[in-house]
Amino acid sequence: MEKPSAGLWRKIKPRYNLVGSQCKKCGSTYFPPRIVCKNCGRESRMEDRQFAGDGEVVSFTTIRVPPDTFKDEAPYIVGIIKLSEGPNVEGHIIDNGRKVEVGTKVKAAFRRMYVDGEEGLIYYHYKFEPI
Amino acid sequence: MMREVAVIGVGLSRFGERWNAGLKELMAEAGVAAIEDANVKSSDVEMLFGGTMASGRFMGQEHIAALMSDELGFRNIPAVRIENACASGGSALRLGYMSVASGIHDIVVVGGVEKMTDVTSAEAGTALGGAGDQEWELFQGITFPGLYAMMAKRHMHEYGTTEEQLASVSVKNHDNAYKNKYAQFHKKITVQEVLDSKMVSDPLKLFDCSPISDGAAALVLAPLEVARKYNDTPIKILASEQASDTLRLAARESLTSIKATSIAAQKAYKHAKVSAKDISIAEVHDCFTIAEIMAMEDLGFYDKGKAAKAVENGETRLNAGISINTSGGLKGCGHPVGATGVKQAVEVVWQLRGEAGERQVKDARIGLTHNVGGSGATAVVHIFGRAN
Repeated sequence: MEKPSAGLWRKIKPRYNLVGSQCKKCGSTYFPPRIVCKNCGRESRMEDRQFAGDGEVVSFTTIRVPPDTFKDEAPYIVGIIKLSEGPNVEGHIIDNGRKVEVGTKVKAAFRRMYVDGEEGLIYYHYKFEPI
Repeated sequence: MMREVAVIGVGLSRFGERWNAGLKELMAEAGVAAIEDANVKSSDVEMLFGGTMASGRFMGQEHIAALMSDELGFRNIPAVRIENACASGGSALRLGYMSVASGIHDIVVVGGVEKMTDVTSAEAGTALGGAGDQEWELFQGITFPGLYAMMAKRHMHEYGTTEEQLASVSVKNHDNAYKNKYAQFHKKITVQEVLDSKMVSDPLKLFDCSPISDGAAALVLAPLEVARKYNDTPIKILASEQASDTLRLAARESLTSIKATSIAAQKAYKHAKVSAKDISIAEVHDCFTIAEIMAMEDLGFYDKGKAAKAVENGETRLNAGISINTSGGLKGCGHPVGATGVKQAVEVVWQLRGEAGERQVKDARIGLTHNVGGSGATAVVHIFGRAN
């Protein structure tokens, strides 16, 4: 194991299930979840919000020079996805053979993201699949 | 009542892969040059602000402001490190400015340094990744070239910006760096060479990206009212402004504009009582070629979507309409992250004094610096003018 995994586990709900937050006062939706609503500040009343995972590509690129953690995964496609409920989310776009363009419709999926060395954890995460 | 503030001395280390110089040597190279240029005694200096982004990640060395102060022979003065990602240098300058403007200190040194080449490029990339949202961007393997690539792709989608236009930023900045003895690169390049360089994150190729660099920069500030005691050509700071935004690129209102830049710029123009049209030279934050194009638009030099064509047409070369990145910018001069924001000010001071040698812009009267942290979560804008 090469690095501590607490950073994965403490965000397991959003990372695995695309759970963000919504302010009950103004209705704003957020992913990843926030404690304080950007509109309401100290008046925020935040609760969990499950996102459906439907969205569309705002922009994307292929990472060919990865950080060490992703050296076995490169090249891989990442993008910014506008979720149907509002927020923009960054994530991997699965290469399923379909062409990825600005505006491509995607659906969230649960996938392996990377493996932390030979003996470390397998990191799973949401990704987006072109449909 | 705020006092007016002047830059009375500037200094740079040579930028590049400086394998035989550590943090201390780089800081001393720039710092000694600045205090000699200002004609101040070490004992005159009252406080030091030192910008660095990741000396801990790159060198295992934290606490560098006290180290910098000691290396420069400033005995026991207050010294504080400023970390604001790639805008650490510009942020340090703003704090130095505030401390002099407020009347708390008279002679202040602002330094910036980064020693980046002792680690592998993958380790450097990981350290720089901390300028974004580590939990959501870097954790998912989204690198800085990746973030700026997504801005570039969206800019191309919305405005028809081309890869050749991006490349022309790099070509211009290498041309300027060729005339700068402190620059990392002294090699002119062509658009075709940029297009043929290795793809990093489409559409950005290796020659669209600023390099990993070692380097330091320093300047000396004083109240304008006493500046001439030290220096015949003090340069006045007309404005010092800064703004912030979300660390996550995805959370911003736009991918094709850095809002923190436009907010800081508008405040700076207002404070300096000038407009974008009055700026004759600008050092802008071209960490990637697309960043220079967005900066030209967000700073108000060009309408949105018009800057890329202007670069391609040569409108921003030396002595053209507005001379942008006369030093060679981050791309040509190098980008030791903590030093960059201070280096930009050093270049503008040289230009305004008429001391920029071969790359001197004729009649440069008002200059601007623009320093960005991360993918736009921090922007610092300074405006400088001759103190007539």
